[in-house]
Amino acid sequence: MGLVAAELERQGVSTVAIQLLRKVAEKVRPPRALVVPFRHGYPLDAPEDPARQQAVIEAALKMLEDQRLQPPAIVDYEPNEEK
Amino acid sequence: MGDLSEFPIRYRLFLKTYPWRRCDPIPWVPLQKPLKDCRLILVSSSGFITADQAPFDESIRGGDYSFREIPWDIDVAGLIDTHRSDIFDHSGIRKDPNLAFPINRMQELKERGRIGSLNHRHLSFMGSITAPGRLIKKTVPAVLKLLKDDGVDVALLIPV
Repeated sequence: MGLVAAELERQGVSTVAIQLLRKVAEKVRPPRALVVPFRHGYPLDAPEDPARQQAVIEAALKMLEDQRLQPPAIVDYEPNEEK
Repeated sequence: MGDLSEFPIRYRLFLKTYPWRRCDPIPWVPLQKPLKDCRLILVSSSGFITADQAPFDESIRGGDYSFREIPWDIDVAGLIDTHRSDIFDHSGIRKDPNLAFPINRMQELKERGRIGSLNHRHLSFMGSITAPGRLIKKTVPAVLKLLKDDGVDVALLIPV
């Protein structure tokens, strides 16, 4: 997905990619990567839990809005365990 | 989690030695307008298809580099998991496809005005593609044309 993200960005589309492995994000270097601490198969945290899924998506959207970020922007997602 | 320790040893060795392609230079497109005015597309490598779509071709060495268009308003229960990898637990995405293809979450973002609009089609790829050259050379140009035709501003990419 990181390579695809870069190609889309080259054509003017702003992208943010969720990543399950930080080392892969560091090697591939998509423009914006949100690294999540979940196992493969669970990129948005938990099934049938809209709040947790939405929290991950919101973190990704915030990366798009954050004008302080510079490429490669790699941000670690920190789940809010109170949810 | 989120590291290689969840995989069997042979996959760990493969991933450690795999020659990952590096984005260089790294393109960077700041948002051109507020998200509440942007059109968003979802791009997932979860391998989901709909009931009337052809399955991904498992015989293609290095992985099927085609994609499927998923209607933005599909009933998420109609998404079929066809991801070819057997090294991760599929039970979560089969129970709730939103976990890797968040159709319902995208609709909620639109309904509360967090984003301007959803593209009328999202994109589903097969993951675990070990030969991405064809994906980039043959498939991405078609994707770029689709995004341009649809007026997409923002893409959210999700693996599985």
